[in-house]
Amino acid sequence: MIATDLIGIESLERGDIELILETAERMQELGERQVKKVPTLRGRTIVNLFFEPSTRTRTSFEIAGKRLSADVINFSTSSSSLSKRESILDTARTLDAMQPDAVVVRHDVAGVPKRIADVLAAPVINAGDGAHEHPTQALLDLLTVKQEKGRIDGLTVTIVGDIVHSRVARSNIYGFLKMGAEVRVAGPPTMLPPAVETLGVKAFTSMREALEGADVVMALRIQLEREAGALFPSIREYAETFGLSRASLRFAKDDAIVMHPGPVNRGVELSHDLADHRPSVILDQVRNGVALRMAVLYLLAGRERAAEEEEAR
Amino acid sequence: MRDVSDEHPQPRATGDSTPAESHPANGANVVLDDVGIRRALTRIAHEIVERNEDLSRLYLVAVPNGGVPLARQLAENLRSIADEDVTIGILDTTLYRDDLVTRAERPRLRRTEMPSVVDERVVILVDDVASTGRTIRAAMDALMDFGRPRSVQVVALVDRGHRELPIRIDYVGKNIPTREEDLVLLEGEDGHLEGPLRVVVQPGGRKEETS
Amino acid sequence: MSRILIRGGRVLDPGCGRDERCDVLLEDGVIVAVDAAIETRGAEVIDAEGCWVAPGFVDLHTHLREPGQEYKEDIASGGRAAVAGGFTSVACMANTQPVNDDPAVTDFILDRARRDSPARVYPVAAATKGLKGEVMTEMSALVDAGAVAFSDDGKTIMDSGVMRRVLEYSTLVQRPVMTHAEDRTLVAEGVVNEGPVSTRLGLPGNPAMAETVHVTRDIMLAEHTGAHLHVAHVSTAGAVQQIREARARGVHVTAEVTPHHLALTDEATAGYDTNTKMAPPLRGSEDVAACRAALADGTIDAIATDHAPHALHEKEVEFTVAPPGILGFETALPVVLDLVRKDELTPLELVSRLSTQPARILKVPAGTLAVGAPADVVVIEPDHEWVYDPAKGHSKSRNSPWDGARMTGRVLATVVAGKLVFHADRGVLAP
Repeated sequence: MIATDLIGIESLERGDIELILETAERMQELGERQVKKVPTLRGRTIVNLFFEPSTRTRTSFEIAGKRLSADVINFSTSSSSLSKRESILDTARTLDAMQPDAVVVRHDVAGVPKRIADVLAAPVINAGDGAHEHPTQALLDLLTVKQEKGRIDGLTVTIVGDIVHSRVARSNIYGFLKMGAEVRVAGPPTMLPPAVETLGVKAFTSMREALEGADVVMALRIQLEREAGALFPSIREYAETFGLSRASLRFAKDDAIVMHPGPVNRGVELSHDLADHRPSVILDQVRNGVALRMAVLYLLAGRERAAEEEEAR
Repeated sequence: MRDVSDEHPQPRATGDSTPAESHPANGANVVLDDVGIRRALTRIAHEIVERNEDLSRLYLVAVPNGGVPLARQLAENLRSIADEDVTIGILDTTLYRDDLVTRAERPRLRRTEMPSVVDERVVILVDDVASTGRTIRAAMDALMDFGRPRSVQVVALVDRGHRELPIRIDYVGKNIPTREEDLVLLEGEDGHLEGPLRVVVQPGGRKEETS
Repeated sequence: MSRILIRGGRVLDPGCGRDERCDVLLEDGVIVAVDAAIETRGAEVIDAEGCWVAPGFVDLHTHLREPGQEYKEDIASGGRAAVAGGFTSVACMANTQPVNDDPAVTDFILDRARRDSPARVYPVAAATKGLKGEVMTEMSALVDAGAVAFSDDGKTIMDSGVMRRVLEYSTLVQRPVMTHAEDRTLVAEGVVNEGPVSTRLGLPGNPAMAETVHVTRDIMLAEHTGAHLHVAHVSTAGAVQQIREARARGVHVTAEVTPHHLALTDEATAGYDTNTKMAPPLRGSEDVAACRAALADGTIDAIATDHAPHALHEKEVEFTVAPPGILGFETALPVVLDLVRKDELTPLELVSRLSTQPARILKVPAGTLAVGAPADVVVIEPDHEWVYDPAKGHSKSRNSPWDGARMTGRVLATVVAGKLVFHADRGVLAP
């Protein structure tokens, strides 16, 4: 893998994705051993720079780093300098001076990991930036589908929900398209991004049409606090029209799988039944998350930028 | 171009140094052809039987990629010589390497399959080319994370010298003197490790190789 | 007696329709002769061979940040940057701290300008008190104090009833009301142009129609009241169309466009550089094309920079949090010369939009090199190549998307009131 940062799926080649997935499968094998730890990144420091709180993703990265024997440091918004509203780039420069081997960045505004990567010598891994991208989530979703279905080429993937605000949607759109799937997005008109079809997907406001023949159905989390009233009238109406249940799943293929990046709003995006049972593979997604993040850390942490790349900046 | 399979191997006991064979294609010299490899593995199988009283504890653990076909051949040999079905495992050592973080590109990981428990077994690590000893060290570290073997022995088809760590190879197919900058490879037809194998030396061809 | 002779340049005077090689003689702050080969003695000579000689540029829309935000810019540094960019007169907006909604603040600004600024400064007063969009300001008193126009720029007057009264009342003082036309409820949290780029970047989008809807409203109110409406920083094809149709109906509406809205599209935001964040945002290629065509056909009357300095620490934050706006004075000329290079405007037309038209809109004595006119002159080297480094510029701030960019065309010299205030080889020379 040539690039030293993982900012998004948009800039990855299919070959990069395949390498990451293959490496993640090797890391899964580690998870089956008694001693799940390897000395690979011993003595290396990984910093979790989380401007937006997230226990799940942060813990996943932490476990991944520790299984590779790295030292993992957590900087979250509740700790010192970040709450002083130091400028983002000042924080990055300070961190750069401490020479970490990898920095995992999460922020609720798009573009922050990229700007930090511009300033930091260490590799930057985007753990989610605003509505832009969440590459490790999409990669673990791709891994999950590859292992459930044996392939990704030729599958039909339908993503349902608040697409306009969703980084998971964007990263998955790029990922599944690059790996040869057909991708559809569905949601209320107010939640479909402008010109979304320029990304290469077909957009639907009818669940039935969107689910017709789908192999994979991915439900996205609705931000209840923000959106009820503004983008859709009520949770009840959203659940009725776009919530996934066994009934609406009828339109998809018989062996379709259901995915969700979590945490699930039970009874809204997914019915209670679907949230906890097959065909939903949510726990596999979480499990795969650690192996996937180990793969990304293995491939990137501690790598120095090549001289040519430095000059290109 | 000479057909390698027509080669008559040097009629000597292995473990001695032999001069490199010359091969006109792409600058690489074949130092051990398929017949030579088979004979070496037959001899090694006999040596294993000689040195190990209790063959039921044996566990052949191959270091991929080269060690895998070699371990398979050894297992076959042990089956026909001693009527013993020896378990084969595959243990990728990449994550235990000591030179990972200094490289620009991270090496691809290979499959690990360890069907048996390691505790109390006599593990025989099988590698294709031994050199610095670092791969064997990494393999032992990896092995220890699987359990506590009773003992560990090492098979290397080729020992090319330049040892950097105090690692001993118990069973050697052939000693081949090389310069540090030479590249020594086990290869099969068309770059895959199936079918007839051979060991080639590419003079000056080494970029990164540790063994 | 001070005398300057500008010799051998191509004189571009839209005021008199002149485009020919001439000498220009300035004496005691006034233009005394424009002729081929003037003979004179005791004059400082500026060699303008191969250069253009034009009336000094007039910037309708700038933010000088004084009083209150002097860490970004003040009237002194703003004035220096202005003359380095060829601007001899600048109109400064009212969103200072305190807001320029009171004659005392207007006085202060003019006082500072007299003392510190090499360029002439014309204050634009607020249209409503505190820029709150509720109660109109004392327009008469403000004009007496020296205000040339009214604007809540920085904010928008959302209440149509208030805007109606502001426009109506402005006819009393016969000054333009400059509108920053963006419907706030449509803009919502938008920070980049709504479209394929905002979708790809995952940033909230600001739709073009937020501008069109608001411009339409303002035009209708202006039409109804007979006021002079001036639309600030037009950026969309929709707004252009509304203005064109209104003009045809005889509505007294004028309009300006910034250099960045003529040169950059929303694609420039791809790297999340906050120096590509402006209000209104950079738009799609069709909007940019419409604005360029509108400037050429006169639907848009003038070029105005919307010079908006911000400190480094303010810009080095998240894209959604960073204040919008970029520097304008020292990059305006090379950027808009592109329209001449692409044959969309003649040199004379360009000068008209940089100088003559803005002067006419503000009703200030500038924009011409006629004999008897104030000696505000700019000498331009249209083909000079250089690299823009804001650190070497005269503004206190550095926020520009053209940092490090190669530029073609520069100001060689600027004269204000008959004094040489800037020369490319010597820097700013006054006050």
